[in-house]
This record gives sequence, C-alpha cells and structure tokens, in this order.
Amino acid sequence: MKKFSVLSLGILLIILLVGGVFISGCTTTQPGPAVTTVVTTPPTTAAVEKPKLLIATTTSLYDTKLLDYLEPKFESQYNVDIQITSQGTGKAIEIAKKGDADVLLVHSPSQELVFVKDGFGINRRSFASNYFLVVGPSADPAGIRNMTPEKAFTTLHQKGTNNTAGVFFVSRGDASGTHTAEKAIWSKASFNYTTRVVKSGAWYIEAGKGMGETLQMASEKKAYTFTDEGTYLSYKSNLQLVPIISEGSSLLNIYSVMTVYNEKQPVEKIQMANNFINFLISNQTQADIANFGVDKYGKALFTPMSVKVPTAPAGNVGDYPTLATDLKPPAVVSNTTAAN
Amino acid sequence: MSEIVSGFFQAVNLIVTLNPEVMQIAALSLFISLAATVIAATIAIPLGGLIHFHEFRGKRMLIVLIQTLYSVPTVVVGLVLYLLLSRSGPLGIFGLLFTPEGMIVGQTVLIIPILTGLVIASLGGIDRNISDTLISLGATSFQTIVQIVKEARLAILSAVVLGFGRAISEVGVAMMIGGNIRGATRVLTTAIALQTGIGDFPFSIALGLILLLIALVVVIIMNLITSGLSVETQQVLGGPRT
Repeated sequence: MKKFSVLSLGILLIILLVGGVFISGCTTTQPGPAVTTVVTTPPTTAAVEKPKLLIATTTSLYDTKLLDYLEPKFESQYNVDIQITSQGTGKAIEIAKKGDADVLLVHSPSQELVFVKDGFGINRRSFASNYFLVVGPSADPAGIRNMTPEKAFTTLHQKGTNNTAGVFFVSRGDASGTHTAEKAIWSKASFNYTTRVVKSGAWYIEAGKGMGETLQMASEKKAYTFTDEGTYLSYKSNLQLVPIISEGSSLLNIYSVMTVYNEKQPVEKIQMANNFINFLISNQTQADIANFGVDKYGKALFTPMSVKVPTAPAGNVGDYPTLATDLKPPAVVSNTTAAN
Repeated sequence: MSEIVSGFFQAVNLIVTLNPEVMQIAALSLFISLAATVIAATIAIPLGGLIHFHEFRGKRMLIVLIQTLYSVPTVVVGLVLYLLLSRSGPLGIFGLLFTPEGMIVGQTVLIIPILTGLVIASLGGIDRNISDTLISLGATSFQTIVQIVKEARLAILSAVVLGFGRAISEVGVAMMIGGNIRGATRVLTTAIALQTGIGDFPFSIALGLILLLIALVVVIIMNLITSGLSVETQQVLGGPRT
C-alpha cells in the first residue's frame, strides 16, 4: 500500500507542479489579492452573458486605435461584446467568407464589390476615407517628390532595377487593402505586377506584415513605402520617414463596412451587425470619427462621409446615408444591383 | 539604446503596478496553456504507456512518426485546425474558432506528440532489469506496469513541464485559432507580436519579461526534477529501497 501512496503522491505532485507554475507565474509579479481578481475574470464567462459580435478588420484600422475608441461606445449602447480580430484585408475577407466573422470592415473596394456580389455580404456602407501616401527618407534618393503616384512608381522601378544607391521600396506583400491599392498603381503605370515588379531585384522588399511593422521596416532600411495616412500619422513619431507623395486620384482610400451573410448565420447576429453599421454611419459616430486623432496628431486620421464624400469611380464609395436593414441578399443578384 | 532602457523601466512599472491589461493577458496565457497541458498529459501519459507496454507491428514506425511531430510547426497545426474549426469546416458547429477553448484544443494537439514521445522514452529509460526482477518476484503484469510507471514518474513529470513550455511560448496556434482578440483571446505571445507591430515597445517588453519569468519558473522546476531524478536513479541502481 505504501507503494501506491508513492504513486498517488506522484500524481499529486503533477497537480501541485502545474498549479505551482500557475500561481508562481502570477505572483512573481507581486503577491496579493489582486491576482485572484485577475483570475476570476476569464473571458469565457463574460462571453456567455453577452452576445458576441466578431469583427474582422484590417490592420490599418486597428493599429490606429480607431476601433478601440469606438468599441466601448457601441458596447454600452447595445449590451454586446465586440470582439475584433485584425488581419490584412485579404485574410479578413477569407475569414468572413468562411462565416467566421459577423462584420467585415475593410478598405479595398474592388474586393468588397466581389464579396457582396458573390452573396457573402450585405448592407455595404462606406463610412470614412483618407489618403494613401508614399513615404520615404527625407533625402528622397530616387528624386520622386511631388510626382504623380504612377510616375513615381515608374521612376522607383527604373532606379531600383538599376541598383541606384539608396533606392528601396518596402511593400506590404500580404494581399491587404493597402497592398491591393499599391498593385492598382503598378497596373495603372503599365507594369505587370507579378512578372515585372515582384522579384525584380533587391530594391523591392515584400514585408508580409501589418502596416505598422512595414513602416518600421521601411524606416530601418531607409526605404520608401506605400501606407495609409492614418497608420502613418499614428506611427510618425517612431519613424524617420516623411511623406513624399500625397496627391493623386489613385491615392484615395475608402473604408467600408458590411454585414457578413451566409445561410447558417443567425438572424440575431445579422441584426446586431446591422446595428453596428448603423452606429458607424450615425451622426454621433461620424462626428466622433471627424475628431479622432485631432488632439494627438493635429489632424483627423479619417474623414467621415458626413464631412466629405470623396469622388471616386462608380461603386468604390458605397452607400452611406441609408440605414442598414437588409437581412439577406437581394433576391436577384446581378451586375446592375452590385454596381449601384 | 535609450529606447530599450526606458522601455525596460516602463515595463517594470507596468508589472509592479499590476497593470490590468498586462495581468489579464498573462493570466489568460497561463490558463490556456495550463489547461492544454493538463488535457494533453491526461491523454498522452496513458497513450505513451499503451504504446510502450504493447508489442505490435509498426511500433517503431509509430514512434518515429510521433517523434517527427515533435517539430511540427505551430502555424501548420494552426492552419489545419483553423480549417477544421471554421464555421464552414467539419467541426464548425462547436463554434470554437476565435475562442480560448479553441486555443486550448490547438495547444493540446500541438503538445500531445512531444508528451507521448517523451513518456515512451521515459518508460523505455527504466532499466530492463527492473521489470525482469519484478516478474521473477512474482508480480502480475499490472503490478509491473504500476511499478515501472512509478520509477519513470519524474521523467514523465519533466516531459509535462516541457510540454507546458512549448504551449505557452508558441505563437502560431494562438494567432490563427485565437485571432488575437483583445480581452478574449489575446495571450502573451500574440500581444507581443501586435504591440511590437504597433510600436508600443514598453508593453511588449513587459509581456516579454513575464514570459521570461514563467520560463524561469519552468526551468527551475525542471532542474529540481532532474536532480530528483538522479537520486532516484541512484536508488534504482542499488541504493537501499524500503
């Protein structure tokens, strides 16, 4: 029997050990009752009490902390637990297509229109815009300051492939909305992106990271990069990069939100997602967006639709004043409905 | 350099003042990885025993396979589980994607091979003479198994600690299955990745320090066990047993 007690001691030891790691891991910081208060708030129990609304969004919207700023306002208004997962636009759209998110919040009109047309999303509304920028070292080694974006990219490509000293370009390279916008400029400048830009030399660096990390990489490497204005402004103090190009119609950046739709999606989730959309386009939130960042950066990071509706090719700016009420896609999904 | 120093001091401040967000992230990390370790141990220890004590065709192959899975990249486990747990995937009805429970499942799957493999190795490490002696002394096969497991318990324990270390330090499963949702699935590793991306270095350093503290505790426990093991081994090799 003694032998068995040794065995049970061993099992007890495992439990104690595991528990010990737990406790010591917590208390190494500081002992005290505060630890228990932390442990007693596991997110699982909170999630049971309130309905959850999962938002798939882009790194550029998340990294500026706009959503952190709006989240508590919406949560208190609707007694809902907002959960935000921030990924590149490409990944966010994939998550939404699989039905793993309830709301999609991105900035890539061409991809959004396909998403809605394919029946994965309803109630697309544009709620804000800003501009993309080409930023780079202030010395501007490629001499592209104040060119049009297309001209600048052509020059960068030329000097980059000629190995001109100091000419580097860091691309997101992650199928994000920003990356999509960058590729659109390459294509407007008559470059085939996959054959002539990617792997065209050491000058073109594909980061495969979020916007903030890409900006930091460009700053470290004294390279140019293509960024949205909001993320750039919020990171500016940590960067040795200045705006090189900020004018040009292809630099417009439109943010839109839509409800994820699929047959399995419960109607309550769709309604809550619609509530979130209506919250974003409401006068109060639009005013909040217009003020967001003014105190810290001297200018707003986003221009809400209520302040200015940008001019863009048809379809890029979605509906913005109409309340989101649809619970399923229109009966006949055709090209005409997708383009209105 | 000054950035590192000031970041370090801010980090210490965040920890000492028990910054609620830092504490919440650390507690969630521990909760998830501990749960995964306990579940994985519950599965892997009997499984390892089953494999060790039975002779069957393909046993060697199976062990090689398990050992290969030691080094399965966490992002691969993350990807496979993402596809399985997605609402449109075969296990979608459970709604585990982007939840702590889903992350526990992911980390459990991740560390089961390493635990099973190390349990088999621990049992195999027990001197063959012991089982022969036990049988010659008239022990039943059940008694033999109990005795051998007992002899190997410290090695098994260190395997469990190692599994925990892998679980709490991994980022692939946590990012892909958890989604790094603030207040829900954000753990130490994914938070460090995010905050570094955002440029909030003090916060990253604070979380990194906590992760290191946890690693330190794990290493200390490992050392305690290993020193215990050598005493045990000495006993096995002829020391007095009562």
